[in-house]
Amino acid sequence: MTASAPALLDVRNLSVAVDTDEGVASILDGVNFQLAPGSIHGVVGESGCGKSTLIKAILGLLPARSRATEGSVALNGKPLFGLEQASTAHSVRGRQIGFIPQDPFLALNPVFRVGDQLLEAMWWHGAGSDDTNREKPRAQRRRAYSERIVELLRAVQLPDPELALARYPHQFSGGQRQRLLIAAALACAPQVVLADEPTTALDVTTQLQILKLLRQLTRERGVSMMFVTHDFGVVAQLCDTVTVMYAGQTVETGPVATVMEQPSHPYTRMLLACHPERSVELKGIPGAVPSPLRPPAGCRFNPRCPEVIPDCESGRPKLLPASAGRHVACFRCHAEAVP
Amino acid sequence: MGRLLLRRLLLALPALLGLLVLTFILLRVVPSDPSTALAGENATPEQIEAIRKAYGFDQPLWRQFVVYIGQVATGDLGNSIFTEQPVIRDIARRLPATIELVLMALIFATCVGIPLGVLAAVHHNSAFDHAVRVITVGGLAIAPFWFAIILQLIFSMDLNWLPLRGRLPVQVQPPEFITGLYMPDSLLSGRLDLFLQSAHHMILPAFTLSLGSLASITRFTRAGVLETLQKDFVSYERAAGYPDRRIIWVYVLRNSVVATVTQIGLLFGALIAGAVAIETIFDWPGIGSYAVQAILTSDYKAILAVTLVVGVIYALVNLVVDIVHALLDPRVAEEN
Repeated sequence: MTASAPALLDVRNLSVAVDTDEGVASILDGVNFQLAPGSIHGVVGESGCGKSTLIKAILGLLPARSRATEGSVALNGKPLFGLEQASTAHSVRGRQIGFIPQDPFLALNPVFRVGDQLLEAMWWHGAGSDDTNREKPRAQRRRAYSERIVELLRAVQLPDPELALARYPHQFSGGQRQRLLIAAALACAPQVVLADEPTTALDVTTQLQILKLLRQLTRERGVSMMFVTHDFGVVAQLCDTVTVMYAGQTVETGPVATVMEQPSHPYTRMLLACHPERSVELKGIPGAVPSPLRPPAGCRFNPRCPEVIPDCESGRPKLLPASAGRHVACFRCHAEAVP
Repeated sequence: MGRLLLRRLLLALPALLGLLVLTFILLRVVPSDPSTALAGENATPEQIEAIRKAYGFDQPLWRQFVVYIGQVATGDLGNSIFTEQPVIRDIARRLPATIELVLMALIFATCVGIPLGVLAAVHHNSAFDHAVRVITVGGLAIAPFWFAIILQLIFSMDLNWLPLRGRLPVQVQPPEFITGLYMPDSLLSGRLDLFLQSAHHMILPAFTLSLGSLASITRFTRAGVLETLQKDFVSYERAAGYPDRRIIWVYVLRNSVVATVTQIGLLFGALIAGAVAIETIFDWPGIGSYAVQAILTSDYKAILAVTLVVGVIYALVNLVVDIVHALLDPRVAEEN
């Protein structure tokens, strides 16, 4: 959370609820984070902490019975809510926000040529604000965009980019398909890319290549990226800033180096300790993520927290500034910071 | 692709042979004697016996079959007992009428059924979806011959909007023979008047014939689209900013119609079977009404030939289905 540059993507106090047959479940509860221009922001947390819902909420693609109950999402200072309306969504998804999905094996349509799928978003949204091809006749436009795709495929280091356009998704490996999807996310020259655990489905060596590629491409093209993952190791390699989420709440956010070297929230500390590289014995966090239908009163982490103080069970901790540019939502940390 | 087609063609041969064996046996098991039919009402037992000898009906069944298969293999399907013409010529004259009727019914069922199915799936559990369900269940449940007569009563007898029978008015000369299908032929020979007349005659029979297929195509498409909508690539396409209409009508539909195409292939057989009743009701000079006449006169060579021709058509249609499959889904083409 750099104070100097205004945030490109600004998520404030975002809450999302879903109506279920057993009542209203609170999936996100007051999530806050800011994505600075040209930076990579990691969102890290266990499965079920609401990471994917956060992405869907930003894109305006919440499932049928879910809704944003509170808060705001702004891109370049303009509020994005109302994305449900097709016209607004149309100018944002693909055009201003690119998306890299989690599973490259399932995300591409199996019966269409790769070239046609990569062309689709550009065809409707153009390739950025300085795109002069939009007014051209169809055939010329198609040629210009195909050339841009080939150039992008070269940038993502896909072998034989010219031949790739006429092939189908099943003719590529997982890593190659993820490269195709990265190229697709960059096609319309968006300002922001949302990446939903894009390396989870890949093997370790491919993972590393894809991470390097993402870092290089976002730097070169001045794209900001929100990178959702459950893996602190990936955050360390890739991100500038990080938000740690637990059960739909932001627990800690700040520069990666600070958060990882001196974690202040007990959950961040325990999550970091779970990493095999960081400790000799295998550790876990006792207990399980609470059900969003019946979240615990107060801080949602209190049933699993080893450092509970009486405040933790009564009120919800606010996300307050802490040392070294960090924000933490923890009563104990607040108490220690202000003696 | 070439190998796939060749293999399918070779596989069709034993199926057709089996079809002939079955039809041959069934024809002889039923208590109807072609010799009696041939000899006429007032024939003496001696005359019938003479006919039986002359046609080889006194021979053992297996020998009759071997002789018949030998003739079929050389392209000779024999003469009709009833019309005394080569069966093949009768069929060639009547087949285009059936093909045109079945094709029109199928085109109508596909062009209406697929959009209906897609819309029902996209708005599933809406009032529209429920209405489509009621109509399609009705379409499958209604007996076409009964419905055809009701429509004739309303639109031909009462309102006098549509012709009652035939492919063209009785006094009108059909268009020059090119394909044998009146609608394309009249267009090809530049006769718009004939085209409109034959289209006018086509409406009622094609519509009644299509109902079952329409219902079936609608339901298959609806189920296919509903299943595809659950796939990850659909949510990806939304997140990547593809327009909603493109997602549904291009990206989802193409993934969904694979099952529908198989169904259309199977329906072709059902439509030819259905044409037997519809052709009889509308006095349509196709092979359906020819088959009815052949059965009533125990004209066994005609029956066998119709069965064989329908079997060959069925095999060819399913070959086309295989080709369309491979065109729709590149993975199918590669598997083979």
